Amino acid sequence: MSSDRDRMLATIRAGVSRSATRDVPKPTPVIPKRGQVQGRALVDLFRVQAEAASATVTEVATAADIPAAVADYLRSRNLPPRLRLAPDARIGNLDWKSQPMLETSSGYSDGTDLASVTPVLAGVAETGTLVVHSGAATPNTLHFLPETHIAVVYRDELVGTYEEAWANLRAQHGGDLTDGAMPRTVSLVTGPSRSADIGKILLMGAHGPKRLHIVLVDAPRPA
Amino acid sequence: MLQPTSNDFVANSTGALANEPLQEALGVLRTQSIPNRARAAAALPEFEALRDRARDLKNHILGHLDQYLLQFEEQVHKSGGHVHWCADAETARKKVLEICRTANARTVTKGKTMIGEEIGINDYLAENGIEPVETDLGEYIIQLRHETPSHIIGPALHVTKKQVEETFRKSHTDLDAGRSLEEPAALMAEARAKMRDRFLEADVGITGANFLIADTGSTVIVTNEGNGDLTQTLPKIHIVLASIEKAVPTAEDAMTLLRVLPRSATGQELSVYVTFSTGPRRETDPDGPKEFHVVLLDNGRSAYLGTPMQEMLRCIRCGACMDHCPVYHAVGGHAYGWVYPGPIGALLTPALLGVEKAEPLPHASTLCGRCESVCPVRIPIPKLLRYWREEEFSRAITPSVQRSGLGFWAFFAKHPRLYRIGARWASRVLRWKAGGKGRFRSLPLAGGWTTHRDLPAPQGRTFQDQWRDRKAS
Repeated sequence: MSSDRDRMLATIRAGVSRSATRDVPKPTPVIPKRGQVQGRALVDLFRVQAEAASATVTEVATAADIPAAVADYLRSRNLPPRLRLAPDARIGNLDWKSQPMLETSSGYSDGTDLASVTPVLAGVAETGTLVVHSGAATPNTLHFLPETHIAVVYRDELVGTYEEAWANLRAQHGGDLTDGAMPRTVSLVTGPSRSADIGKILLMGAHGPKRLHIVLVDAPRPA
Repeated sequence: MLQPTSNDFVANSTGALANEPLQEALGVLRTQSIPNRARAAAALPEFEALRDRARDLKNHILGHLDQYLLQFEEQVHKSGGHVHWCADAETARKKVLEICRTANARTVTKGKTMIGEEIGINDYLAENGIEPVETDLGEYIIQLRHETPSHIIGPALHVTKKQVEETFRKSHTDLDAGRSLEEPAALMAEARAKMRDRFLEADVGITGANFLIADTGSTVIVTNEGNGDLTQTLPKIHIVLASIEKAVPTAEDAMTLLRVLPRSATGQELSVYVTFSTGPRRETDPDGPKEFHVVLLDNGRSAYLGTPMQEMLRCIRCGACMDHCPVYHAVGGHAYGWVYPGPIGALLTPALLGVEKAEPLPHASTLCGRCESVCPVRIPIPKLLRYWREEEFSRAITPSVQRSGLGFWAFFAKHPRLYRIGARWASRVLRWKAGGKGRFRSLPLAGGWTTHRDLPAPQGRTFQDQWRDRKAS
């Protein structure tokens, strides 16, 4: 008796061999011009697109300004000054003690954290999208469980198109994401969680974060 | 498993037309779905070129499907996961249950999966003592109401806000009966709170997949709520239900499809969460599932490769065809009687169940072509519907009244002189009968039409007569 795998492959092969599209080559991609910008235009496009997707954005000059910007954001929204930080050098090495009001802890989320601060792999200006991935320093639960997700994006992490973000991830793995090199999850995040499932009325904060706040840092990613 | 009622399309539709809350709910297709897509398409100058690329990419994939599925399988193994090839729904259901049993699962959280609906996984798990918990808000609402999805991306499209409130009051009996649920936000907050513990306590998480990435062995989900990500990150085991045509060569190639999918589906530039999942948690990962399984379903699809119907397998499940279909606008999704409604459902249902179980569906269309005009992968839906109609006629599945009607019409169509005389005569009689009003409020044998709207009467001479005059002048 042949297995389901053998039977499925046999039918698929028979179909492919008579298919009118078996000689169709893989098309070259069309990459929207919109994202092919640089400098200030890139930052502006990212901001406009992220805000259009209902994220909020603040810009700071240096990494040292991040803790104050985060504290200001929480205060302005009347949110409790408690943060779960990603155990990543880009976040953990910041001087959080400079903000005495803030209570911080580090690690993955068990569902009780109200706000998280994480780094990103990239910010994609094309659609105001963040690219985040799971890993020892970037637990996936921090991206989805807290009510408020605060993401820090350094200047050289901003790219115009999705393709550049993938190129950056591939470069981190010697150009090759095959054979288990991909992180367990890579997520493209555009704005806070939402749903229109109740009478088609669009509401923020379905199951993921109710708020997505992005801190743009006008400085290169710390080495 | 959902018993198909597609052959009762006419009766289902009659009920749907008289269902007032449904008719109210369907209004959003015109006021929101159509303008949202149009705005998103207009905002991206390359949108039409991207649709061409999306079509070409899917054609390429379907012409090399064996190769991409084998590469996908190899890469899933190399990243520590498992692929289970399942030829039919029964095998897939059993495989899912077997995996759940290895974890002694009591509850399973579920992200939205149409393959889950297709194989009837919820009822099967429940029959076997495992509680399935739908986490997508729309799916949760219809699970509480014991209903099936009526739209492939908005499963509770047919439910009004007032009905959601009634459903929550009836189901969430542990909450204060006097609470205010006037605001839609209050309803959502209640669902979010209810779902939190379910996410955290589930033993297994089941999601669907929009794409299967061959070169990395990743599965991709596209959501707005974040429920799919919580479903696959928190439990010990992540099971992905996917059908074979979802393969895509690389993550970059998936972006071509992702540039047209959300714009066509909801009019968003990109859905909020697009997540590529690859294998189980890594050794150094602080969170994530310990096992990763892909249940790869055929269920009859492979037989259509290399046939005229191959084109329907390009579908990326955006729902634009139903959002723009005048028939769907009038009767909603349940009338179609199975898992996939609307124009794409009228192609897929006969393909997956057999034409004899879905005879009316290929006729549930005016062939107006709006579906094809918005399809992100340019599936020629009207052409393929005609293919099913021919198939039904040649296999004598078409009901005898229609067959004799078609035969009657064919006789005149083949005798142009008689056709002209007949048409002239009929047009005059109808005009005379309609009197000065130019339309009929009721007409014998046409009650199905005139109960809901007037039938316009012919206004003058026949088309052929006018055509001849204009050519002559």
